[in-house]
Amino acid sequence: MRSARVRELWNLVFVAMLTGVGFLSVYTARQQEIGSTSLIYAGFFFALYAVAHIGLRAGLPDADPWLLPLAALLTAVGLTEIYRLNPVLSRDQSIWIVVGLVGFLALILGVGDVRKLEDYKYTLGAVAVILLLLTMVLGTEINGAKLWIRVGGVQVQPGEFSKLLLVIFLAGYLREKHELLAMTHRRILGIGFPAARHLGPLITMTGIALAVVAVMNDMGTALLLFGIFLSMLYVATGRHLYTVVGLGLFAAGSWFVYQTTAHVQERFSIWLDPWKVPRTTGYQLIQTIESIADGGIFGAGLGRSFQLLDNGNTIIPAAQTDGIYAVWANETGLAGAAGLLLIYLLFAYRGFKVATLAPDSFSKLLAAGLTFAFSFQAFLIVGGVTRVIPLTGITLPFVSYGGSSIVSNFMLLALLLMVSDRTRKAMR
Amino acid sequence: MNARIGGLFRLAAIGTLVLVSMTAYWQIWAAPDLAAREDNARLVYRQLAVKRGLIYAADGRTVLATNRKREKNGITLYLRRYPFGPLFAHPVGYNTVGEGRTGLELSYNDYLTSSNSDLATLFDKLGDKLQGQTVTGNDLVTSLSMPAQRAASRGLAGLRGAVVALEPQTGRVLAMASSPSYNPNDVAAAIKRSSSPAAGTSLLNRGTQGLYAPGSTFKVVTTTAALESGKFTPDTVIDGKGTCITIQTVPLCNASGESAGQVSLSQALTFSYNTVFAQVGEAVGKSRLYDAMRDYGFFQRPPADYPSDELSPSGLYRHGKLLGQNAPVDVARVAIGQERLLATPLQMATVAATIANGGVRMAPRFVDKAISPSGKVVYQGRDEQIQRVMSPRTAQELTAMMRRVVEEGTGTAANLGNLSVAGKTGTAETGTAGLNNAWFIAFAPAERPRIAVAVVVERTPDFGGTIAAPIARDVIEAYLASGVAK
Repeated sequence: MRSARVRELWNLVFVAMLTGVGFLSVYTARQQEIGSTSLIYAGFFFALYAVAHIGLRAGLPDADPWLLPLAALLTAVGLTEIYRLNPVLSRDQSIWIVVGLVGFLALILGVGDVRKLEDYKYTLGAVAVILLLLTMVLGTEINGAKLWIRVGGVQVQPGEFSKLLLVIFLAGYLREKHELLAMTHRRILGIGFPAARHLGPLITMTGIALAVVAVMNDMGTALLLFGIFLSMLYVATGRHLYTVVGLGLFAAGSWFVYQTTAHVQERFSIWLDPWKVPRTTGYQLIQTIESIADGGIFGAGLGRSFQLLDNGNTIIPAAQTDGIYAVWANETGLAGAAGLLLIYLLFAYRGFKVATLAPDSFSKLLAAGLTFAFSFQAFLIVGGVTRVIPLTGITLPFVSYGGSSIVSNFMLLALLLMVSDRTRKAMR
Repeated sequence: MNARIGGLFRLAAIGTLVLVSMTAYWQIWAAPDLAAREDNARLVYRQLAVKRGLIYAADGRTVLATNRKREKNGITLYLRRYPFGPLFAHPVGYNTVGEGRTGLELSYNDYLTSSNSDLATLFDKLGDKLQGQTVTGNDLVTSLSMPAQRAASRGLAGLRGAVVALEPQTGRVLAMASSPSYNPNDVAAAIKRSSSPAAGTSLLNRGTQGLYAPGSTFKVVTTTAALESGKFTPDTVIDGKGTCITIQTVPLCNASGESAGQVSLSQALTFSYNTVFAQVGEAVGKSRLYDAMRDYGFFQRPPADYPSDELSPSGLYRHGKLLGQNAPVDVARVAIGQERLLATPLQMATVAATIANGGVRMAPRFVDKAISPSGKVVYQGRDEQIQRVMSPRTAQELTAMMRRVVEEGTGTAANLGNLSVAGKTGTAETGTAGLNNAWFIAFAPAERPRIAVAVVVERTPDFGGTIAAPIARDVIEAYLASGVAK
């Protein structure tokens, strides 16, 4: 299956061309503000992905040829828009892409076979919890949420990494226990329940998610972690009971947190009617919505929409992170926005396909969990800025500005490709 | 397990569909409403990118509002500047990013930003767009007279109150001053300051929104109803019945404390006898008095080219709400400008201007014309007759009576010597002992009136004849001396 890499290379060339066009468009639209270095970005970008491609040729020659180009396309969308908002930030973002690439190659060339990870599942699970606990204790608060810890002058968002660790842990744990969990221990009201001790993890996990909301004020990460947990439990056991009980527990817990946490209540009331508080707490959501609306069907054009105020700030608060989808929708309209969402769906399709083809339960669960985590995270933030659900400060994978997000998603991609390579090697 | 993974993919597909639909909802369905929202920053910036038209005084040369160009981060913005600061703050209003707009800046916003659909403007605008230039708005020439405005503002210095001056034959607003004023170049600061009650409400345009008991100036309206009823002439003699009379068990007295005795209606106006006008009011009756009020423009918003929420109707109020015309009232007290009667300076200026114009009420207006950047007149202010309020004969009789007020009655402070002024004083108690709202309404020259004025001074120990009349005199003098003959 040599052709997989050849196909990937052509896909990457196509993405690089699109990226070049994107940067050229931004450059021509905003010549007064940004220099011709913009075109160097496109070249640099292609070089980076060429390195990733060579890494795959060396380490995982049979891996899926679509996932890397799709990720490249998403990264290109993000980098173009970040560059358009603030060239200084796009330089930082490029550095993070390089770091992410290093992490990507380290996993591919250093670990190679995903099954090795299964042996460390409890260690990795513990690290995930420790990371979250560390954030709760040592975290610095930004915009009312405690998501970051400072490590040697760099802000790290541990939530992004605990997502990966949780998936690996759950894949290992559930492979071991899924039959036990699926078994009926006793029947109550005609519904089969497993032994009480097997429900322990369910309750623990709910507790962790709610603690994340209550202590870190981070609804996004909490929803993401809990969503990962429920989806993987469902895939492993096939029992709707867990989903129902889990959602019930979460709903009850959420109600409790809602009653006791002013921050969460505020988020909800903003979601219900942001125009009630247009100048204060509702401002961000109103700006994202008005940006999206301003895009119309075909958008204003890359670099041609109204994003920067005369004082140099972006009109949308946190435009490069939370608001990046709104900026993209403003510049490329419904056509571009739907296109971006379809890229995520395609990524999900390839990811779930990797999961269905995988030969063992651990790999299946791992690939399904990673893909779900990736897609669900995209849903949470895009749903937030389009007012489908309350807005949370989670990143749009590969697109939003942010080092932790970029690096963790590159690692997610590496893990998926590792599963894929083994599968397709076995099929050959 | 594979079937369940397929389930997760279907979930992702549904999620994508939901997000695409919601995005489409905002971009297609909700977009027009969102784009038109006043608080949409895009709209604000687009409007700031327009070089608004200038606003001129009546001479067509003095600039009351201009633009300051600011280029930063590749964005060119035009910020409004008002060269005369507080002097024209109330009639002209302001245009800001954060605090919206008021006054003529609001009511003529479409002309000032060239977003009016007039064809001449449209072509100018198209030209601008094709050349990649800024859209430039239409200039406004107002009817505001610099000498009159300065005199009004000087007269109110240190006081609280308002002056409104109209041109009787046209309804053109010659001056509109409200004190205290504010600096329209720093509206945010003015708003901040006005949130503390001690600082006073400098943003309120007392000329169009200030509601005061008109006191004895209202006797002019009562007299109009009386003369028009046919039951009275200026010479009809009425028994003033001592210093006080009792109406509906409440005693009602003459302000001067003297007894009126047997006086003519004209003499009663000259010396402003409450005991006489209370009886006149009762004789005329509520229905005729209300007809006269309605004709003068009471009970409705003045038909001015001004933002409607900056225009207050005059009439009978209770708890800040305008009472219906069927509400039970004490006609005798309405007739002398008391009861719950409240009027704006613009309304009382309209009363004076109507008499000065031979009994025909004109719609007040601030703008003479709007001129496109290429010099075409795209809007021409027209003199609009609202209705005849009284016969020319009644107007003549009232003029003669009001002249006597200035020559020998309560309004002698407005006397201009060789120039004949017709006027009426008013002093309404505020409820705080020793503090009055002092009024004076006037027009001049009485033979061929060119200016009608209403002055009110809030909460002063002085009287209409002593504090308001001199201000009116100065405004009249300054305007007539400026030689703006029409």
